[in-house]
This record gives sequence, structure tokens and C-alpha cells, in this order.
Amino acid sequence: MNQNNQKDTANNKNGIYDVGIDKGASRLTPEKIRKVFDALVETEGGARLRAYTNACVHCGLCSDACHHFLSKDNDPRLSPAGKVKQTISRILNKKAKLDVDFVKQACETVFTECNLCRRCVIYCPFGIDVAYLMLFVRRGCHQLGVVPQYIQDTAHSHASTFNQMWVRDDEWIDTLQWQEEEARDEIPDLRIPIDKKGADIFYSLIGPEPKFRAQLIYQMAVIFHMAGADWTLPSAPGWDNSDMCMFTGDMEMTARLKKIHFEAAMDLKAKRIVMGECGHAFRSVYDVGNRTLGWKMPPLPMVHAIEFYAEIFREKRIEILEKFDRPVTLHDPCNIVRGRGLGDEARYVINETCSTFIELEPNREHNFCCGAGGGVINCGPPFKNKRVESNRVKADQLAAARDKGAEVLIAPCHNCHGGLEDVIHHYELGLELKFLGDIIYECMKKE
Amino acid sequence: MHELYKLASGIFVWIAILGFAAGMIGRLAHLALTARKKDPVVYQYFSLYYALRSMLHWIIPFASTGMRAHPVITIAAFVFHICLIVTPLFAAAHVILVMESWNVAWWHLPDPAADVMTVLVILGCLFFLIRRIAQEHVRYLSTAGDFVLIALVAAPFVTGFWTYHQWYGYETAGILHMLSGELMLLCLPFTRLFHMALWPFTRGYAGSEFGSLRHARDW
Repeated sequence: MNQNNQKDTANNKNGIYDVGIDKGASRLTPEKIRKVFDALVETEGGARLRAYTNACVHCGLCSDACHHFLSKDNDPRLSPAGKVKQTISRILNKKAKLDVDFVKQACETVFTECNLCRRCVIYCPFGIDVAYLMLFVRRGCHQLGVVPQYIQDTAHSHASTFNQMWVRDDEWIDTLQWQEEEARDEIPDLRIPIDKKGADIFYSLIGPEPKFRAQLIYQMAVIFHMAGADWTLPSAPGWDNSDMCMFTGDMEMTARLKKIHFEAAMDLKAKRIVMGECGHAFRSVYDVGNRTLGWKMPPLPMVHAIEFYAEIFREKRIEILEKFDRPVTLHDPCNIVRGRGLGDEARYVINETCSTFIELEPNREHNFCCGAGGGVINCGPPFKNKRVESNRVKADQLAAARDKGAEVLIAPCHNCHGGLEDVIHHYELGLELKFLGDIIYECMKKE
Repeated sequence: MHELYKLASGIFVWIAILGFAAGMIGRLAHLALTARKKDPVVYQYFSLYYALRSMLHWIIPFASTGMRAHPVITIAAFVFHICLIVTPLFAAAHVILVMESWNVAWWHLPDPAADVMTVLVILGCLFFLIRRIAQEHVRYLSTAGDFVLIALVAAPFVTGFWTYHQWYGYETAGILHMLSGELMLLCLPFTRLFHMALWPFTRGYAGSEFGSLRHARDW
């Protein structure tokens, strides 16, 4: 098995062809690959890179923290340290030859076999941040021009439009006005205020909302309206808080994206940012964006939708007519639970809105990843089957909650929705998937 | 033989101690400076409170979820590391040698205790060796260096045990004990054994990021 795996590594493409990886890598030579990675290590590889790679004693205690490892029958190549061994360890070994096959294999590993969920960090006795190491390799892949095509396309969209989904400026405003019109059928005096100066709340969301899920904007507008919130959205770019560039290693673009997002809020003199139910976007603004721009913390207060919901329930600004009566369970998204400790807040909101709550096991910081995060789902259809098969452990976890009676799975994150939808469908789990906002909207008093 | 003994009990001791100290300080200082230059976030987010909070959860047996999930290796690792550090520092023979040389002394272990602890270290080495070979995912991660390290750590304890019990050839074993002990000390800062010095920093930084920035637990 071990030998077979090592053989696999040499041409590890799992039969998947991706233009971004295969064509991108075919333009390279071993000399160029070595040169780019060496320069990256020299310029950006600092103490963390050295400490993490030197501290690892190859104990393997991270292995069963990883859903890829567990789901693929404990394939040793898929343990967090196994992925480090195949990628960054070889890059740091100056004697190792980095050929085209290496780049293809490393690119597939770091982009599609790690969700950067950081579960392994809390199982590693040394606290080695494998997500940091995988991102480091992604940065090198980006510099080499070897990035899976689909996620590179979203990065291109970010670069051209400042949003993830090629939404044009007029389409954005059009969508907001369309949703306002729709919502006014239900609540005649509802507004979706655009470019309002000095509002309490600058609401930002992700590109896919206006593109595919415009009803979420409608729902949030209703929640804001009924909670009596003073809120606004910008008409110009900066409304999209998402960021695939931080996942492709394009940190220059990440800096531009986060800057325009913060500036849009500050230009409108908003008092704070409230973000929609998205995890990766939260990570990009709260953890990555501020660092990339050289701030320790974001330049103005910002909260995830869960925190906002919890706030309006605590302040009794919203009324639930009748609690959601089907049994629900909760998937703790990595970027807001391991990334912001919002597990208790999410449970508080569920408690306020739902009659029966069943915990997933494990949960909170120890929850298993949805399999979509870290840009993995954004690598698109070529990797879909692999992604779903690499998350059998999630299916088992969900099935256990369903067997205890759960009918609805709440996932307050867009990426998680994408991943969990595929898991539920592939493993025929029969769970219904919802955002917290869906439940609040459904059960709240709207008059 | 006598010449070798003189070397092992003389100049080599100094080389080992100075090499160890210089290596430890040098490498840690280098990392601290590199972090200042290239990873300033480390200093920004480092928080003593959260670093200690995380370290406590990882230094108390079974205080972390990972440790509870792997009870066998948790017990083996704690027993092994405690014996590995305590035995050489507090073995009666070592304390006496230091007292005779430099006239400083400290508390020492009763001989039978040191004996048992030595055996535990050797068993620990065997456990880690077998685990490395038997568990597929650990074998996949293992390099030749990992096996050499196990031998490097086991050697002073095997030879020390041999010498203490005065078995056949114990005089040679005694010299080997000194040489292997010195070699291990010297290798500490320059091999993966350096994880000993890195642990407070990697764990502490993880604890800091998780605690102060992410408001989450990392154990």
C-alpha cells in the first residue's frame, strides 16, 4: 500500500484533467520551478515556515483530524503531515528535483485535498498551522501560473469586477432594486437603502448572492427592516466581501479586494460592517484582510450575520411568531467557529428560533469540514466527485444526527451550503439545508 | 581506551554543553529575528495569556481532545518525555559527578527509580519505533532521520543501564554512554530533537492566534 501510494504520487492526477493545472504546468521547466519556489521561500518564508516544518516530529497525530484522510480509508498521503511531506518539504529540500509532475501533483494536493479548515491545528501537539503551509505552496503555484481553472476564473472576476461572479455594476443595482420591489409586495414600506451616508450598518455579502440567491438579499432586507436597523449597501464595487484570491495565493489581489471593501464602508461613513452568512468571506475580511493590509484588526467594527442575529434577539428587536417546529441540527463552519468562536452565538439564535435542536458529533471547534471550503469547491466540476468522496466522514456524521431525528441542517455559510448540498445528495441523506436567515425569515413576525 | 575515557569525560563534555547552549540560543535567536523581519504578525498576535492557556492544555495529560482520542500514545509520550528529561538531570551518578567536578549538587533520584525510568525510556523508544513501522500513516511520514533519532535517544539510556548494572564490558559501555550522551546533547539543537525548544513557541503562537484573534479553543 505504501509503495503503491508513493507510485501514485509520481503521476498523481487521479485521471482528472484540469486546464489550469495541466496546461499551466506544461509551460514550466524544473529550473524555473526551482527558481520560483526558492525565491518565494527566500522572500516570504519566515520564522513560521521554519518553525512549523522543523517542529513536526512526524508523529501522525494530525492524521485522523483530517476528513480527507478519514474518508479515503486512512490514505497516508492525505494526512495533514502527509500533504506537507509531498509538497512544502520537497520544496524546502534544495536537493529534491521539482519537475512538472511535481507541480501538477502538488497543485492538486494543496488546492483540492486540503480545505484549510485548521481542524488539524487543534489536534497537533505543536499547533502546526498546516493551512498556512498549504497556502504557502498555493502562493508558489500562483506565481508559477498553475492554478485550477475554475478558481482562477473567479480570481479573474475579482480582478476585473471586484466581485466573485462577474456581476456588472448595473446588474448589482438592478438586483437590489428588483429585490426591494419584490419585498414591497410583502412589506410596503420596506427599503433597500443604497449609498446611505452615516448608516449604522454597512451590509456586505458575497457575489453569488445577487447572482444566484437574490432571495437572500430579500430575506435580509426584511430582517433589517423588522429589526429597525439603519443599514445600507454601496452602489459601487466594494459590496462583495468574498475573496477567492486569498485561496489562489494571489495576495496582491486580496489586498485590493479587502481595501475596496473597507473603503466602501468608510466612504459611506458607516459605523460598522455586518456580513452575510458566509464563512470564507468572514475569514478574508476579519483574519486575512486586515493582516494583508497591515492592520492588526479590521479598521472598523465588523460582525458576522450570526452575531447580528444574536444581537437583535437579545435586544428583542425581532419577534418569532412560532418556533420552527422541525428538528434541526447545526454544522459549525470552520471560518466562523474555529475562526471566530461563534458556536455559542449560533446555538443561541437556534434556541430562539427552533423548537428542537440536535447536536452533530463532534461539534463546535471539532466539527468536520463541509469539504467545500478553502476554495476546494471553487476548483469546480473536475474535482467534484473527488471532493464528495473525500467527505464520507461528514456524511456519516450527518447520518448519525438524522438517525437521532434531525430533519433540517443549518449551515450559516455559503461555502458549507455548497459542500453539504453535494454530500447530502451523493450519500442520499435526505436532510434539508437552510441558512439561519431562512429560519428567522420563515418564523418571524413581518407586520 | 583510557585516552578515550579522558576525552569523553573532559573536552567532549565541554564541546557538547557549549554546542548545545550555543545551538539552542543561536537557532532560537535566529528564528526570533527572522520573525521580526518576515513574520511581524507573530509579535502582533502573541499573547502570553492565550499562549499559556494553550500550553497548559497540552502539557497536562488528557487535557486536550486529541490526547483523549489517543490514550495509548498519550501515556507513552508523557512517561517517555518525563523520564527522558528527569533521569539524566537527577540520576545519582550524574549528580555526584557534577559535585565532584564543580562542587555543586542537587537532589537526586533513588537508584531503583532511575533504573525503572531508564527502562521506561528504552521501552518508549521501542514503542515509537514499532509505531513508526506498524502504523501505515506514520510509516509514510517517516524518514531515515526519524529512525536515527530514536537510536540516538536510546543509546545513552541503553549504555547507561548497562554500565549501572556492571554487566560484561561495562567499562566500554560506560565510555559509550558518555559519548552517546554527549552526542545527543550536541544534536539537540541541530536535528528534529529541536522540537523540544520549538514547542513553547509553536504551541504558544497557535494558542495566541486561536485565543486572541479567533476567540476559539485549540485543544
